[in-house]
Amino acid sequence: MSVLFLLIGISLLVATGFLIAFIWSVKKGQYEDDYTPSVRILIDDTTPEEPKP
Amino acid sequence: MSGICSSLETTEKLLCYHCGDPCRDIPIHVYDKDFCCEGCKLVYEILKENNLSNYYSLNANPGDKSIKTRNAARYEFLDDEQVLQKLVSFTDGTETHITFLIPQIHCSSCIWLLEHLYKLDMGVKRSTVNFLKREASIVFNEKETSLRKVAELLNRIGYPPHISLSNLEKKKAPATNMQTYYKLGVAFFCFGNIMLLSFPEYFGLSSVFEGRFVKTFGYLNILLSLPVLLYADIDFFRSAWNGLKQGRLNMDFPISLGITVMYSRSLYEILSGTGAGYMDTFAGLIFFMLTGRMFQNKTYERLSFERDYKSYFPVAVSVLKNGKEESKAVSDLHHGDRILVRNGELIPADCILLKGDAAIDYSFVTGENIPVPKQSGDRIYAGGRQAGSAIELEVVSEVSQSRLTQLWNEHGDSEHKENELTSIVDKVSYVFTLVVIAIAAAAGGWWIWKGEVHTALNAFTAVLIITCPCALALSYPFTLGNSIRILGNQNIYLKNTRVIEKMASIDTIVFDKTGTLTKAGDAEYTWHGSPLNTTEILAVASLASSSQHPLSRVIAGIAEESTRPEVSNFEEIPGKGMSGIVIGMMIKAGSTTFAGNGNSTGNSRRSEVHVTINSTYKGFYEIRGVYREGLKTVTNALSENYNLHLLSGDNDAEKESLAEFFPDSDKLHFGQSPANKLQFIKNLQHQGNHVLMAGDGLNDAGALFQSNVGLAVSDDTNNFSPACDAILDAKSFHLLPMFLKFSKYSMNIIYVSYLISLLYNCIGIWFAVQGLISPLFAAIIMPLSTISMVLFTTTATNLIGKLVFRDVPGQAQIKADKSHQLS
Repeated sequence: MSVLFLLIGISLLVATGFLIAFIWSVKKGQYEDDYTPSVRILIDDTTPEEPKP
Repeated sequence: MSGICSSLETTEKLLCYHCGDPCRDIPIHVYDKDFCCEGCKLVYEILKENNLSNYYSLNANPGDKSIKTRNAARYEFLDDEQVLQKLVSFTDGTETHITFLIPQIHCSSCIWLLEHLYKLDMGVKRSTVNFLKREASIVFNEKETSLRKVAELLNRIGYPPHISLSNLEKKKAPATNMQTYYKLGVAFFCFGNIMLLSFPEYFGLSSVFEGRFVKTFGYLNILLSLPVLLYADIDFFRSAWNGLKQGRLNMDFPISLGITVMYSRSLYEILSGTGAGYMDTFAGLIFFMLTGRMFQNKTYERLSFERDYKSYFPVAVSVLKNGKEESKAVSDLHHGDRILVRNGELIPADCILLKGDAAIDYSFVTGENIPVPKQSGDRIYAGGRQAGSAIELEVVSEVSQSRLTQLWNEHGDSEHKENELTSIVDKVSYVFTLVVIAIAAAAGGWWIWKGEVHTALNAFTAVLIITCPCALALSYPFTLGNSIRILGNQNIYLKNTRVIEKMASIDTIVFDKTGTLTKAGDAEYTWHGSPLNTTEILAVASLASSSQHPLSRVIAGIAEESTRPEVSNFEEIPGKGMSGIVIGMMIKAGSTTFAGNGNSTGNSRRSEVHVTINSTYKGFYEIRGVYREGLKTVTNALSENYNLHLLSGDNDAEKESLAEFFPDSDKLHFGQSPANKLQFIKNLQHQGNHVLMAGDGLNDAGALFQSNVGLAVSDDTNNFSPACDAILDAKSFHLLPMFLKFSKYSMNIIYVSYLISLLYNCIGIWFAVQGLISPLFAAIIMPLSTISMVLFTTTATNLIGKLVFRDVPGQAQIKADKSHQLS
């Protein structure tokens, strides 16, 4: 049963990894703008020569 | 000329290709497209040349309607090293980072264009738009371009960056938002792991398990609960302590008490090996409450409710030094500086006029928008706007000492406003705390009397733990947070959740007239008299364009600037009218005594501009403000439950037409200065009324601030509104009665949810006083009450929102419109 200690240790380590990843993402500003990227992705890169009226 | 005539007939249909405004009587027709003005055409040309026409294919008419005076803004001051240092967020001499606030950002075309700035200026390396904040972060190479050039480019393409004095003073708002995210993340991490380690306890496995597991799990739980105790829940303690210092028992006090007792008892149980403790419940509750707080604080980033005069003031002015023009930061202006103020610029400090024809428009301060002529040597107060040619001034007092600044500071104490109405939360939590402590003490006392000290302690702590008013604390933020969201879908944006509570208690509503009940800058004109031909219309329009009088501006708007012929011998007699020679015609326009035939039309109160051409009386323009759609329904619906008043800075010319909406003429007040308006609201409040003020301009700023709920009505929410509690998009003006009704329903939902949470507490207390609370019981009932509360409040507000706004085009419809606009 003492293998449980090891497993719990590993699970805590993994969870801490996710916590750090979360803090990193907040710090990187991923939660600052949750709207513009959703619009940006829809805009085509190619520029048509003349828009249709 | 025939071209003009033919296009005159089709004026109804023509929309500007750039901005979508209806073209004026004479549009500009080039490249097979119609433009309403030179400015719009110019932007089109710039974009076309640089192969950026995609701007027009993403959305039809993406240009911003509100920007018509593109060339007014000047950016010389951005060359100033000091100003530059304060504005940019990073620079290493070559690469510079700057974030501009651009209120005109409104659609996907804007995002696209602003992120393709590098095509227009090689020096721009990267530009990123934050749509919600209306900001563009630009990285440019200082060797290839300059801040001023970038700003001027933005101005040229119709996105003038808003740079004001307040930008210089506070660099950036502290990132409190980030802290909330961190705390939420930490709480969730600890909550999840503690719960996992508590599972053996839930299933009664601890007796089966070897003792060492129980001990290890207990210690791990203590370890995991430390970040929650020391970091995540710190705001609750801080707020409770602040409340105590002011002698108030706010909602955070019973929460803090509950979690402190819960934590201490858990610590004792685990360390002494007498039980498993309530660490899971503790971490879970903190997590849920942080979620509630986050929900409540989610407000509208793009709107600012706290604007003071600094947001309107320019950053820099032109200073004359040894005959040379230099740019200087406004905050560095000193007594004796000579400044140059051009047409349309704001006067930043109290000054004395040295040179030039000054006509100062004080609408910013007084609401009166007829410019006041000034003689050299006159004192000119800060806040006026020069209308006319450039003037030279000598500064007599610094910006912070000016009369305007003092005026603003007078009603600038926000303390009274926050305290005037004790929130329902505070009232409830006060009674709640006292009752809970009484019950806990009674239960403890009973067991001591029975001689069971251990059970006494057990019951005392259990009552405090089980009554920790988390469900109670959650119902307010979730109900009102959701209500704000629902109201936001209907285009009314509230500053915070407290506003809903205040809205529900309103009994008196005061309207401003111009801009609130009438559309800003929109006036109807009708011509009475012998018909004028096109040349004559153009001539009258250009004569009027030389004057700054509001009525003249309406008439000038008939023709586009570039089509107006030249005016010579222009003369304006204040209060009477103007005259001048246009295309060989001697034109007089103005009051009936000045330009009319002397015969009054019988209604002297109407706004009329009489026209005489070559001494022949032609007739007059009648000018009326256009009332908002559905005004009648609004006033009818509101007059049933509220006292309605109208305050107007204008004369009583429209008294008769307003009588249709406000039958009680005692409640119409004309000729009100901003100070009068403020005093009027104060008087109403002294009589014990709760007042909602609906206004639009800065002349209402004092009244908006003083009122219990200041509602700024805005035709374009991207524009700046004065400090207020709520911003209402003018196109939803007709929904005002429903908004007020909805706020009342929201408060009712809170009352009901308080009853439900009381019910939970009664059940909990029943077991707690008997000392029967087990960790498992707590782990079930506490999250259950919390989650059911969240479910109840959000479902109830959604349902009521649907019911109240069922006759309006549904939220889905509005969302579809929005996404259509953005796709």
